[in-house]
Parts: sequence; C-alpha cells; structure tokens
Amino acid sequence: MERIPILRMGPFLLVTIQVDMHDRLALTLQDDLTAKIASTGAKGVLIDISSLEVVDSFIGRMLANISAMASVLDAKTVVVGMQPAVAITLVELGLSLPGVRTALNVERGMDQLHRALGGTEKRGVNEPARQDAERGDIAQ
Amino acid sequence: MATLRSETLPVRSERDIVYVRQTVRRWAEELRFGLVDQTKIVTAASEIARNTVVYGGGGELRLEAINDDVRKGLRLTFEDKGPGIADVDLALRDGFTTGAGLGLGLGGAKRLCNEFNVDSRPGNGTRVMLLRWK
Ligand SMILES: Nc1ncnc2c1ncn2[C@@H]1O[C@H](COP(=O)(O)OP(=O)(O)O)[C@@H](O)[C@H]1O
Ligand SMILES: [Mg+2]
Repeated sequence: MERIPILRMGPFLLVTIQVDMHDRLALTLQDDLTAKIASTGAKGVLIDISSLEVVDSFIGRMLANISAMASVLDAKTVVVGMQPAVAITLVELGLSLPGVRTALNVERGMDQLHRALGGTEKRGVNEPARQDAERGDIAQ
Repeated sequence: MATLRSETLPVRSERDIVYVRQTVRRWAEELRFGLVDQTKIVTAASEIARNTVVYGGGGELRLEAINDDVRKGLRLTFEDKGPGIADVDLALRDGFTTGAGLGLGLGGAKRLCNEFNVDSRPGNGTRVMLLRWK
C-alpha cells in the first residue's frame, strides 16, 4: 500500500510530504503518524510541506487532526515551509488551522520543538536520521 | 465572450481529483496566471472536484480558456447527476456540511474565484461554475 514515509530523529518524528496526495493517502498518513507517536513516545512531530503547491480544506483538516491527536498523546506538532501562495489561499478559503503551529523552515521548526521540550533533549538532533517506516511506493 | 479552447475530464475518483488539480494548474500556467492566482483556482477546483465525487456520485469537469474584449480567463464547470442540493444558500455557508468535511468547500471556492455559480435542484444533479480572470 502506498504510504508517506515517517522518519525518526531522536525524540521527534519527521514527515516530508513530496507528492500531491490523494485523500486516502492523507488519511493513511494521519493514522500512521498517530500510531507512530503512540508506539515511539515521540515528543514532537515536524511536517514539512514546502513541496506542497496546494492545501485545500481536506489537507488542512488532516494537518489540524494530526496536531490535535499528537497533542492528546503529549506531542507537539509543527508544520513547516508553507509556500506563501498557499498561505494566502488558505486565508481566503477560510481555513485558520486552529492549534497548528507553523515555522518558516525545518531548522526553525526543530528549534520550536526543542524549546517546547525545555531544551533537555537537544542531543537527538545530532543523531543521524533513521528511516523507521518501510518506504512505500510514493510515486503518482 | 469566446471560448478559445476546451477539454473535458472525468471526476469520479480520488485519483481524478489529483488529476483535476494538475490539469487546472497546467491550464492556469499556460494562461500565464500569477502563482497566487494559480493556487487559488487550483484550490477551488480541488474543493469542487471532491464535492462532485463525494456528494455528486461522480461527474465531469469542463475546462475552458475564454476571453472577452480585454482579458483572458479560465472557466471550470463541474457537473454531476447526483442527488442535488436542497438549499444552495445554506450549503454555501461556511461550516455547513452534511458529510464529515469542514463545510468550507463551496463558500471557500466562491471566495477564491471572480465569478461563481451553483445550479442545483434535488434529484437533478449539480452544476458548479468557477471563473477566474487573469
Ligand atoms: N455536488 C454536490 N451534490 C450534492 N450535494 C452537494 C454537492 N456539493 C456540495 N453539496 C452539499 O453542500 C454541502 C457543503 O459543501 P462544502 O462547502 O464543500 O462542505 P463539505 O464538503 O465540507 O461538506 C455538502 O456537505 C453537501 O451537503
Ligand atoms: Mg466540500
């Protein structure tokens, strides 16, 4: 089954969305991430959407759901790299993404997560990224 | 108003929604829309395509590059033969949904376009027209 890979980086999970996701793929990512937070005890989730050229209400809802579920599992979520044209469009669409933290890029997003952790687990960022999920076929 | 070019696509599956986004993007690029305008019409198209699949039971999209005396535009017409919408004004309201959505599709798509029209009656399917001028 087609999946978006989830990487583990120390206490955080990292997802880079690089394809124009169809709706079921987005729901699968939401479920996979929730399961992964629970199984790893991850304290933060970073979602890089810098390659996404469109965020409609479905993808917006997915981002909000991930944040909400992560928060129930005591993990913070930061969405990074939203393109300016996407941000402008989201406002006009009427989607405010309540509860979703954002950052300009991966580095700043990581800073936010570290700060949220109280800076106690900085160590994790220097560990090599480990591919924790089986890489599915993410080609269109 | 004259139609310069047109194309019709099926809108029946989640894959079709992705293809609608890609095709509308390509047309908007070819019409030399700016990046923000491209993103707006593609996002609006994505919303209405999903409604066509989820609520309309599938249908079609007709893309048209049009022009009037002074400008070019992209007109998108989605049509399905589904159950139709009983109260279009209500359906257009932000937050109204009969499904599991956010209820932002119709209202949001309207805000993202220059001209917008919904033609629907219960039992007669739904036609949604979106137009964005360059
Ligand atoms: N093509 C359609 N056929 C039938 N009903 C529709 C159609 N499009 C929209 N609707 C109705 O309008 C409502 C609002 O649509 P929308 O604003 O896109 O919000 P959402 O998709 O989140 O429900 C839908 O819940 C549905 O009841
Ligand atoms: Mg909708």
